[in-house]
Formats: sequence, structure tokens, C-alpha cells
Amino acid sequence: MCKSVAQDDDQNIQLILDTIAALKDQPGALLPILHKIQDTLSFVPETAIPLVAEALNLSRADVHGVVSFYHHFRQTKPGAYVIQLCRAESCQSMGAKALEQHARQTLGIDYHQTTTDGQFTLEPVYCLGNCACSPSIRVADEIYSDMNAQKFDELLQNLPSGSTKVEVL
Amino acid sequence: MSINVYVPRDTTANARGANEVALLIEQIASQQGVDINVVRTSSRGLYWLEPLIEVDTKKGRVAFGPVSTAALNTLFEQQFYAGQDEHELCQGLTEEIPFLKNQQRLTFVRAGITEPLNLEDYRAHDGFKGLQNALKMSSQQIVDQIKGSGLRGRGGAAFPTGIKWQTVLDMPAEQKYIVCNADEGDSGTFSDRMILEGDPFVLIEGMCIAGLAVGATQGYIYIRSEYPLANEVFALAIELAQNAGYLGNNLCGSDKDFHLELRMGAGAYICGEETSLLESLEGKRGMVRVKPPLPAIEGLFGQPTVVNNVISLASVPIILHQGADAYEHYGLGRSRGTLPLQLTGNIKQAGLVELAFGSTLREVLETFGLGTRTEKKMRAIQVGGPLGAYLPESLWDLPLDYEAFAEAGAVLGHGGIVVFDDSINMTEMARYAMEFCAIESCGKCTPCRIGSTRGVELIDKIIDPLQLLQREEHLHLLDELCDTLEDGSLCAMGGMTPFPVRSAIKYFSEDMDKFNG
Repeated sequence: MCKSVAQDDDQNIQLILDTIAALKDQPGALLPILHKIQDTLSFVPETAIPLVAEALNLSRADVHGVVSFYHHFRQTKPGAYVIQLCRAESCQSMGAKALEQHARQTLGIDYHQTTTDGQFTLEPVYCLGNCACSPSIRVADEIYSDMNAQKFDELLQNLPSGSTKVEVL
Repeated sequence: MSINVYVPRDTTANARGANEVALLIEQIASQQGVDINVVRTSSRGLYWLEPLIEVDTKKGRVAFGPVSTAALNTLFEQQFYAGQDEHELCQGLTEEIPFLKNQQRLTFVRAGITEPLNLEDYRAHDGFKGLQNALKMSSQQIVDQIKGSGLRGRGGAAFPTGIKWQTVLDMPAEQKYIVCNADEGDSGTFSDRMILEGDPFVLIEGMCIAGLAVGATQGYIYIRSEYPLANEVFALAIELAQNAGYLGNNLCGSDKDFHLELRMGAGAYICGEETSLLESLEGKRGMVRVKPPLPAIEGLFGQPTVVNNVISLASVPIILHQGADAYEHYGLGRSRGTLPLQLTGNIKQAGLVELAFGSTLREVLETFGLGTRTEKKMRAIQVGGPLGAYLPESLWDLPLDYEAFAEAGAVLGHGGIVVFDDSINMTEMARYAMEFCAIESCGKCTPCRIGSTRGVELIDKIIDPLQLLQREEHLHLLDELCDTLEDGSLCAMGGMTPFPVRSAIKYFSEDMDKFNG
């Protein structure tokens, strides 16, 4: 077990170093590097911070500051599915608050938390540009419109399960 | 000969099932031996009818919508692909649908008609004609065209685009930049997204022209991470334009160069503010810069930079193609040309409405919106995004014009219109406006960083039944806090958060007692 974690870490470090090498020479390279790391690993691990800092001649505090400033970047591994619920005005005008309550209750988690089975992470989002058909949610790169409690449940049940079975309470 | 069936590929159309519909049309067609070619176009922006599919007829395209996969069997039975118009989902000739017919589409002239990533299609619909004209002009002549058109920044601030370009043109510098602000974060807006996903070449063309106008050889477009499809389509569009000689060295065989790079945002609303966006492009936290210096003088990497919104830049090609006068002919007062409005929220016919400045809000709601989706009474309308005022019915006769809105203490902003019915609690919305400011503040200036949190706390006190006796006092404090935010903030985030807060409290004060958290 410990061995495989160590192997994972080594792999991650190699991925991070490759990403840095490929992208560091462009102007303003920090965001593109962080994006690429997160796209590959689903989050920006702590181990990446000193590596990126050194390559870009920044302090660790600088890099950490950027990672923590932007809502998009995550410092912990998310669930198999990240569900983003839009909280913005247009979605509120069509019942986003009720949907929000339903989602929290169904998943048993609050924003920025992951279900214990590792399937779902819940995040707020401020506008997906789908305001003609509010409320909207995003799961992975798909946007879903005209959401309500029933459609939310159906959606969760129809998502192909990750490593463990999807159990909706 | 195969029959073309047009199905939009657009975030909202897809969210309503366009991908599944497109796939199933192909399947059924091959089962039935009908030779159908599914063409994935952009969206017309008639979103309540999505998925809106169209077929060619002698009189023009005929539309069917909203088409679910379940409706396809009967559509095929009635041979919709032959332009048969008996089906209940048939909307008749697309161009005759009142929602579309009553618009003046200039920037969105190709919306729903062309394939987003088909250069041939783009050229066939007046694509690159503006650029061809610009290549024959001097930089000053291009800037003069933009000045003459009266175009003002469509991102929200409405600064005259020509003046901004002139400033950058007049700056001596080794390297200048064109930056396209595609961080469309306002709730109730999607017009930038429609251009990015639906007509990317018009934006590339506009950016090239801007580069020629000010002598910039490098451009960046900053697209928000909340727009996955826009990022995907635009990256491909840049590649195609490069391969076809519309980007890179020797633009269209001329001796001019213009390079364009796509950068993705990372979920910070504040990065829609131009100096914060520049910081983000430089790889830093999106902290707002103190102005002056203006970005036109000292912008990206300290060089003179044009920062323009997507719609501003996408309006440039038609101005260079048809001439400044043709564009300037539309509009009212100092607001010239057209404004793409976005009708959203609780509204029956939601979508994109491109109109010349000057109609009133009520006209737009009555002509295009047709009431709320919940069939309840319309109560409040927020125009101009999360920093825009909430307007009660008494203000719906305002003409859509930058100056008229400013006079009424409101903003047109990026043209987002969010409709609320009478189930909304406006004190709750005032609280949300402060909360949003607290979440999205970059933290650089105190009024915005701290004031927003104090604002949430104050509103909590105002609605607390146990503190009723102090309500007047708290309201007075909130008013003073709003003054501090307005006068003391570095940028519009803190400076305009009082707009929704004050209007929600002022026009809907009765809601203070109905708040249920």
C-alpha cells in the first residue's frame, strides 16, 4: 500500500516536471502550468508548489498565493464527479436556492466537500453562461439546464459510476 | 443530393439536448435510407426553442423547435426534412419568427446560419471583408473608422473604443498588445459565449484589425474556465485561422504580423476587470491595479495594451466592411450601433436580442419576453449583471441607452437582463449582492474587502425581528457603508455593489419583513 502511494507520488512529480518543462518559457506561464497540472491530476498537489516556484523563479508563497486566489484551482483530490451548482442571479430567479438545498441534502455534503464514497464533490459556481435556461449545473464539462430536484436525482443516477457504486440517499 | 438539417452546437442548445438530437437524426436517417447531412451550426439565440433544428426550403430555412429526441419519430413520419410544415413543432420560416424578425442583427448576423469552424462558410457570409479593407488602410484610417462608428466598449464600461485605440496607437513602444476580455462573468449574459462558440472567426478578424490599427503584433484572449465548449471551439478556430494565413506572420500575404494566443481564466469574477485580467495573464493573482496608468499606456507586461470585450472586437469587422456611417446610423444619442441584449432568468422567451440602442426595457420585455416562465407577475429586473441595479416596474420605461440608465442610477453593462417574478425576496438579493462581493473581491482595497462582509452582517441585522427597533439606525449605516464602497473602492466590484443593494432596499423595502433566510 505504502509502496504504491510512493509510486503514485513519483509519477505525479514526473508529470509535474514534464508540464513545467513544456510550458515554463511562455510569458505569464504560471496559470497555464497550474491548469495543465490540474487537468492531468484533477488537483494541484502540495508537492507541485516548490517545483513550480523554482522553475519560474518565484517564491513558494507567490505560487501558493495564486493557487489559493483562483476558485478553479483545487489543492485536494476531488470526487469522481465535480458538481458545480450555479448560485448567480439568473439561476436564483428560477429556484436555484431550492435546488442547492436539495443537492446538499441528497449528497449529505456542503460546498467544497466530497461524499464519503469519493463519488461527488459539490462546488458553487457563479454563472455558466446558460442563463436562458436556468437553473444550470455543470458536471465535468457538461452543462445541464432547467434543473430541478427530480432532474438532479435522475442525472446522478445516470452518471456512469466511478470506482465505487453510486448510492444516492 | 443529400438534405441539410441544421442543428446548433452551443452550450445552451447542447444543455437542452442538441447533441442527442443530432445523433439520433443521423441514426434514423440511415435506418430509413434518407440522405441527410447534419450540419452543426451556431445557435440563433432563440433559446427557449432549443434544440431548434432547421431545413432548407425554396423560401428559406424552416425551423422546428424545441425538438426532443422523442419528437423525432413523428418529425420523420411527416418528412420534416423535406420542409413539410404540418408538424406541431414547426415554427415556420426561421427569419419570420417574430423574436428574430424584430431584431437588428449586425454583430450576430451569422448566428445560427454558419458552421462555427468552417472558414469557407465564414468567407461566404462576408467573413474577412473588414480585414481586407483594413489591410488597405493606414493605422490612423482604421482608428478613424472606429471613432466615426461611435462604438463604445460593450463589456460594461462603455468607453469609446476609438479613443482607446488612438491612445495605444500614439504610444511609442517596441511591443504592443491586443487583449480580448472574454471573462464574461455577469449572471444573465452569454453573448460573448455565443461569439466564442458560434462565430469565432469574427472575433479573430476583429482582433487582427485592432492589431493593425494600433501596431500590435501579439494578441491574447482570456476565456473563462466556466466555458468549456467556448475554450474548445476557440482553440480550434485559432489553429484554423493560422493555417489559412489569417493569423501569424504576413497576414493574408501582407507584410503585417499578428499572433494570437488563448489563455484560460480560473474562476475569478474579478478578472473581468481589465487590470486584474492583465495581472492574471502575467501569471499573478488577479489583483486590481491602481489607475493611472491606464492599460493603454502601461498594460500587459508594462506595454501599451488595448483591452476590449468580445462584443466590441466582434463588432469591428462589420464596421470596417460596411463603413463607420452604416454602423453609426443605428442608435440613440451617444449610444451608437446595436447592443446584444440577453433576456434571461424567469422569462418565457429567453435568448439573444440584438437591437439598436433606444428601445425601452418594457418594449423589449413585451415584444420578446412574453411574460414569466412561472406565469406569475414580473416584479424586478436586474439589468447589467450582478453589479447592476434592480429595477421596479416604474423604471421599465427607461430607454436602453448608456446615459439614460446612468441618470436613473442604473447600468446597461454588458446587456444582461434578468427577470424575477413576485416570489422573489429582494432583501435576500441585496444580501446576496454583498455576499457575492465578499466572495469575489480581490482584496486589494479595504472598502470592498471588508465593507462587503460588514454589508452582509448589517443586512442580517436589518432583517432580524429582535433588532426591529434599531432597523432605522442599521439602514442608515448601510447607506453610509454603500457611500464608502462607492467612493473608496479601486474598481467597479466594490464601487458598484451598492447599485443592486441600494435599489433592492429602496424600491422593495416591504421585503425586509418577509425575509426567511
